[in-house]
Amino acid sequence: MRHESAVAKRQWFARRRIGFGVRPTTWQGWLITAIAVAGAVGALVGVKKTTGDVLFVGVVGLYLALAYRLGGTKKLVDATARGAESDNEHALENGVAKVSVPPAMYGSQSPREIAEAIMSHTGKFADAPEDAVTSDSVIVVNHLTKQFGQRVAFEDVSFSVRRGEVFGFLGPNGAGKTSTVRTLSTLVTPTSGTAEVAGIALAGKHDIEIRQRIAVMTEVPGLYLRLSVTENLVFFAGLYGYRDAQPRIDRALEAVNLTSRASDLCGNLSKGLRQRVGLARALLNDPEIVFLDEPTAGLDPVASLEVHNLIIALRDKGVTVFLTTHRLDEAEKLCDRVAILNTTLRTVGRIDELRQRMFQKSILVATSAPLANPEGLFASIESVASWSIDDTGGYVLTVSDVRVAAPAITRALVAAGADVLSLAEGHHSLEEVYLELVGAAGKGGTQ
Amino acid sequence: MNQSAIRIRAVMRKEFQEYRRNRFIIYTMGTLPLIFTALPVISLFSISNTASPSLVRTQVAITLLLLLVIPVVLPATIAAYSVIGERDQGTLEPLLTTPISREEFLLGKSLAATIPTVGVAYVFFIVLVVAIRIGASSVVAHAVWQPSWFLAELLFAPLLAAWSVWVGTAISARSSDVRVAQQLGTLASLPALVLPLLMSLQVFKPTATVAVVIAVALAVIDVGAWRIVAKMFDRERLITGASAVTMRAEAGT
Repeated sequence: MRHESAVAKRQWFARRRIGFGVRPTTWQGWLITAIAVAGAVGALVGVKKTTGDVLFVGVVGLYLALAYRLGGTKKLVDATARGAESDNEHALENGVAKVSVPPAMYGSQSPREIAEAIMSHTGKFADAPEDAVTSDSVIVVNHLTKQFGQRVAFEDVSFSVRRGEVFGFLGPNGAGKTSTVRTLSTLVTPTSGTAEVAGIALAGKHDIEIRQRIAVMTEVPGLYLRLSVTENLVFFAGLYGYRDAQPRIDRALEAVNLTSRASDLCGNLSKGLRQRVGLARALLNDPEIVFLDEPTAGLDPVASLEVHNLIIALRDKGVTVFLTTHRLDEAEKLCDRVAILNTTLRTVGRIDELRQRMFQKSILVATSAPLANPEGLFASIESVASWSIDDTGGYVLTVSDVRVAAPAITRALVAAGADVLSLAEGHHSLEEVYLELVGAAGKGGTQ
Repeated sequence: MNQSAIRIRAVMRKEFQEYRRNRFIIYTMGTLPLIFTALPVISLFSISNTASPSLVRTQVAITLLLLLVIPVVLPATIAAYSVIGERDQGTLEPLLTTPISREEFLLGKSLAATIPTVGVAYVFFIVLVVAIRIGASSVVAHAVWQPSWFLAELLFAPLLAAWSVWVGTAISARSSDVRVAQQLGTLASLPALVLPLLMSLQVFKPTATVAVVIAVALAVIDVGAWRIVAKMFDRERLITGASAVTMRAEAGT
């Protein structure tokens, strides 16, 4: 172990040498530096000019010689050579000695492990409900309200999100979606109501623990455009407290297929690529919950598809995705459940459940020519409750049970001599559900 | 290194990377001290050994005043940009969703503004005193090479810089516009010049004891300023433009 730390120290020297190799980083180095500075200044201040100048040059020269001896370019050679000589614990990788050090020293614990360690030491989360961490719900929101002064962002919102699902949060512009995400990610304080995120109660004192366990990708990725992709990720890994984050960064870049662009400046990337960097950043801390705020806004179809695939991959890994969007096709494709918000929560559930809940079952019938007596024909079928003609001239029959009604309708149409082109169950899109719930009221709301 | 230190270091490192990529910052950091060092050097070099002691003392005091202007003025603009600049380029919100605390964030930012400034101030001080030692007359060299002046520069440069940085950061955290923040930051840092001004006017002589006492007082003020600025840092206000406390009051909850 001692040898390992010695090699690591020399690696540190080698990587960080400055100027002509002088870097006294040990306490002995600092002591010698202090003595040298004191000696040099003393020589110049306290002694006669010529003698002082000679002493000054002597002290500085001695210092430089000692400092070079302590660390610098010479040690780089030593470290590499020792690494090469060492056993398999110190394997060489690209000419740099790789040292076997327990993961804890590099701070590579998962956020959950860190949070649990804090809990076990401080009991900080003792007031969080016991079952919240182990239950299936990772987000539990109860009567949450946020007001900006007199302006209501969202009001009396209650829902829960299950572990590992993609939860769609839909609503028109200004409905309060972003404010909800900001509240759940501890950026803004709710006016009233309670919530738990990753099993931790949403309260000022737990903010940091919550932020360890979640990741947020805002609509605008918010990258430092003068820094490279890797530099951006190194910075954010540092903010999560990871000391040696390169393996994490490599994994995140690989996940978003950006390894080849790692050294590009973010300012030189397209919007789609920046969005992918934003996603890579969201993966750095192995979050339990990822909040994605309009992740495909402004992206072309190919880039959108890539983001969709990444979301699916996250779900497959068991990560809970909280997806804010007003792209209904996206929600329909990706989300296990959706909530529709327009300042107040309009509904929450599976998309097929919402359809069933909101629309009666129907059968669509298309014939080659209009029926002579549709009223008489459809009224004679017991399972048909009502009928109407749609924009294309087809018949929309409201039924109680599709399986019972469909054969009866087919038989009746054939018996009436109608040429049936198609007969299908009526399908209501999420858009219809959304419009039914939000409708004209979609223009209202504040954010 | 604990996680807090890693976060502070991450902020500093990112700031340094951004400085390096922005040449305007580098040039600004170099130009002002260059002027503040070159002019007094010319003036001091013109003083002969026969000059009156009071003239020498005055010239030396003015020179050292100018050197202490560097750590006051230089970081003010950088600090004033620190928070509002992040918000302007859309990087503040992603940053605040990470586990960094406001104290860590502000300390990282302020150290990143203070360290290069103090480094520049020290380098120019060393250049100046060495130049005087080599090229100026012996009366000037003797007046400059006093332990109290060295101690004053050594202690006051970082402490005045830190003060300037906290004032700039406070303005940055409460401003809504980068330009306003930078102008106010520079203006608000100027009162810190009172200390070197009093020294240069010989109101008090910077003996070693006086320098240490003033340094301790400045250090206490700086730590207090850090805590106050951290309290002023309101995540909600920075993200939404409205303070949580005010909003709760307005909402009547």
